[in-house]
Amino acid sequence: MDIQALAETVPVEGVVNLEGIDFVKNGDEYLTFCLGSEHYGVEILSVKEIRGWERPTLIPNSPDYVKGVINIRGIIIPIIDLRMRFAVGDSTYSNTTVVIVLSLENDSMNCMMGFVVDAVSDVLNVEDGDVKKAPNFGGTLPVDMVEGLVNVGDNVVTIISTEQLLTLEDD
Amino acid sequence: MAQILVVDDSASMRNMVTATLQSAGHQVKDAGDGQAALTIAKTGRFDAVVTDLNMPIMDGIELVKNLRSLPNYKYTPILLLTTESSADKKTQGKQAGATGWLVKPFNPEKLLATVDRVLS
Amino acid sequence: MAIDLEQFHEVFFEESLEGLDLMEQGLLAINGGEQPDAEVINTIFRAAHSIKGGSGTFGFTEIANFTHVLETLLDEARDGTRILSTEAVDLLLQSSDCLRAMVGSLQAGEPIDDSTSGPLVVAFEAMLAGDTVPASEEASTTVPDAAAIPSVDSGLSHNDIVEASINSLLGADDETSLNNDGTSGAGGSDEDGGSSGGGAEWKISFQPDPEILMTGNEPLRLFRELSAMGAMRTEAHTQSIPDFDHLSADECFISWTLWLTADVSRDEIVEVFDWVVDECKLEVELVGDASEELSPVVAEESAQAAESPQEPAASAPVSEPEPVPQPEPAPEPKAAPVATPAATTPAAPATAKESEKAAPATSASSSSSIRVGIDKVDSLINLVGELVITQSMLSELGNNFEMEKLDRLSNGLEQLLQNTKELQESVMRIRMLPISFAFNRFPRMIRDLAQKTGKVVDLQLSGEQTELDKTVMEQIGDPLVHLVRNAIDHGIEPAEERLANGKPEQGTIKLDAYHQGGNIVIEIRDDGRGINPDVILAKAIEKGIVSAGEDLPESRIFDLIFEPGFSTAAVVSDISGRGVGMDVVRRNIKSLGGRIEIQSKLGSGSTFKVYLPLTLAIVDGQLVRVGTETYIVPLISIVESLQIKPELVNRVSGDMALYRLRDDNVPIIPIYREFGIEADNTVLENGLLVVVEGEGQKIGLLVDDLLAQQQVVIKSLVSNYKRVEGVSGATILGDGSVSMILDIAGLIRQVSERSQKRRGRKSGGSGSNSQHQAA
Repeated sequence: MDIQALAETVPVEGVVNLEGIDFVKNGDEYLTFCLGSEHYGVEILSVKEIRGWERPTLIPNSPDYVKGVINIRGIIIPIIDLRMRFAVGDSTYSNTTVVIVLSLENDSMNCMMGFVVDAVSDVLNVEDGDVKKAPNFGGTLPVDMVEGLVNVGDNVVTIISTEQLLTLEDD
Repeated sequence: MAQILVVDDSASMRNMVTATLQSAGHQVKDAGDGQAALTIAKTGRFDAVVTDLNMPIMDGIELVKNLRSLPNYKYTPILLLTTESSADKKTQGKQAGATGWLVKPFNPEKLLATVDRVLS
Repeated sequence: MAIDLEQFHEVFFEESLEGLDLMEQGLLAINGGEQPDAEVINTIFRAAHSIKGGSGTFGFTEIANFTHVLETLLDEARDGTRILSTEAVDLLLQSSDCLRAMVGSLQAGEPIDDSTSGPLVVAFEAMLAGDTVPASEEASTTVPDAAAIPSVDSGLSHNDIVEASINSLLGADDETSLNNDGTSGAGGSDEDGGSSGGGAEWKISFQPDPEILMTGNEPLRLFRELSAMGAMRTEAHTQSIPDFDHLSADECFISWTLWLTADVSRDEIVEVFDWVVDECKLEVELVGDASEELSPVVAEESAQAAESPQEPAASAPVSEPEPVPQPEPAPEPKAAPVATPAATTPAAPATAKESEKAAPATSASSSSSIRVGIDKVDSLINLVGELVITQSMLSELGNNFEMEKLDRLSNGLEQLLQNTKELQESVMRIRMLPISFAFNRFPRMIRDLAQKTGKVVDLQLSGEQTELDKTVMEQIGDPLVHLVRNAIDHGIEPAEERLANGKPEQGTIKLDAYHQGGNIVIEIRDDGRGINPDVILAKAIEKGIVSAGEDLPESRIFDLIFEPGFSTAAVVSDISGRGVGMDVVRRNIKSLGGRIEIQSKLGSGSTFKVYLPLTLAIVDGQLVRVGTETYIVPLISIVESLQIKPELVNRVSGDMALYRLRDDNVPIIPIYREFGIEADNTVLENGLLVVVEGEGQKIGLLVDDLLAQQQVVIKSLVSNYKRVEGVSGATILGDGSVSMILDIAGLIRQVSERSQKRRGRKSGGSGSNSQHQAA
């Protein structure tokens, strides 16, 4: 029995590495995902990893949408349930629930956070002109959070600002 | 090219002199005081010695005297680094057996030129 | 081949600061008016000398100039010509402060402020002028050229030789200018480099002393240098060589006549013989050109004059070449080397570059580098070596594993544990420095404070070699300063009062440091008037910090000193007052994971004990389980863990449960309730209680289970999330899961705030009284 070889065949649970993304196109690329029946997208370049759901360690006295923290290769990363945060869909956790790990930055800081979503869809290539301003009324999302809307077939994808996501937990 | 021993109690000066000499292809060993320098000199062979005057434990003049008493270093060029432009330090140095001097502050080019003077 | 000198700047700054520390220590050891210990004076001199040399080399002219004046004074003290007066020592101490500030400015990339250095230079010059030695007077008046001069002496000559031969400067008569400004070999060559047209023919007569070889000087090399100037022909004279029996290989009995045709000045030729001028007879005459012929005697004299110009003048050479710096700027650009301008132009360009790099170093005190003893590095290398051996052993075991080898695997893992532990300890030790770095500022501070307050104070230091983490040390500095100032200000009584109370006139402050458990303990002990608990209590009541009629143990009363807004001094003294209160001191200590305790006896004195963890990043923890969650309780905060005895539980105010632990009533805090999680056991009476202490208060944490005790690495939550009250960080356990490390003080604060809110809601306003019961 060769332990080394054996170890190498065990897949790391739930980790999907993004490969084969063609960056040569014009415009921007977004990773789209679902919250309930709604479609959302984030800049592909900020996506570090996509993992399956694992129960995180609770953070005492945190808002309900902050599920806790997990360990990713020695780094402690908070997990935020976007469905709860945006009050969209049901917050259930099954083996299809996905956590998208994003690297977020603004002028003063840079951090990694994980977001719980229902499912991950395709990578969307969006030309500059395709992103339309979102109407400024209604909706549970803070207005600055939304960069715009994109039509994909019959669906509408809401593009989310990664910079604004950083301020998510500062309530 | 040449093996040079650099002695100075100031780390920044040691670094600067060492880096300068190395950039010209010389091999350099350094020490922070005369005593340490003497030990290194005894266990190696150097083509030239560049030393400061004011150092703790054993100063430059003492080092020169001690080096000259070693058979391997009777004729080795020894250069003194001095900020003192007064005659008697230079005379003392010569009397102790030093070959010449280089007055601080000096620039790297001057250092290399002076060292070149004493290397055959 | 341009060497960038900037890479050496940081080391120069650090060693200068260290040198200034040594200088200060040395100065403090000198009693004005007495002949100081030779070694002390030498140390002080060397420190100033090194700074002057380095600053000149790296182009920091302000520092070089300023230090030059100090060095002159120190030189006199060193050779016995002057005994330093108290005034001189004070001036020197102030200068070291000034230099520290200058170095700090350079490090931060800021321009140097000469508002302090200017007056100091004037004061020094006055002091030096009051002396009968004329040399120093000359030196002090020509300070501005101090940096420029040495480079003139030797730095320019070679460049000018190159320059001269390239440009064929048609200068004035070399011969006449030579006699006037002997030193200015450089200046001279500039003006008289070469004669009109072609080359001049020089006849050089060189007769070395027999011992010339003993100084490592080799005539061949000298001739090589000369031949590089132009066409040369030599003639050796062997008549002085003794017969074979008396011949010694060490000595040189040959003399030479050299004919050199070169476009050079006489000075340039003489300069080649710079070093050997005392060991030879040298004559240089111009033969192949018009102009004057000098007689050999004059030539020799001038050669020597060129060598040691200071003799005739009897004043320091600094004054003579004064005019010379002007021609300097001209050859500079042609002379090419990048470094030269760096050496002679003022520090402005240097500082401009500094500011680009200065960003990370926010203050001079928190430098981003650390000196590590070679022994620590070697030990580290050894341990890594052992780790590699263990790894390859385990790897080999893993390659062909059979169950029979289980024992060996187990041993190997044990070995791995050992290796990692030792490696961890070794690495942590790298960040450790002796506390003497923090203690060193105190002798000076106490001297100044004692003078200011008119009190007589003696400082005794012990345990200076006790090591602690570099970052901890940097941050504990200010709190310690405050505590010491406090001890002098409020603790030590004025001399008359001490005598009146039968105490020695001199008050004593003892600073001690030692290791205890996993901590370093720093003690500040004074034999002053001690802390009066009644006065403290009265003040606290007056400020509403406690309510009247409360019976507090003495330790609790002393702790009141740390409450914000607390000050018993009638007039907030400018020494320790200034808005930096004891509350800040305690907060700083806490933020380092430590605590502070006070012991005091009225009339005898007080002792402040500061406990600090030996490293910041690792904590000894007790793992506890509540429901499915695991938490870490820092061992240092645990008083006791026990199984609850129902009879010792008392309830008050409706929902507050107290546990009687000896004489204390310890509030029971159910973690599951505080954190809003599920627990196995919610019934108090069956529970497991971990009694912890923070901020002088004890609370009991109700947990489901006590797990292992282990050292955990603290990982901050702030970097990716934010600060969480009640939690000091998180750690990754052996199984990869994350566990929160509890911050006991924060937890206590949180609990009291929460219960205050609850009470507020219930009874609407009886806040302050119940605050103390709940806490």
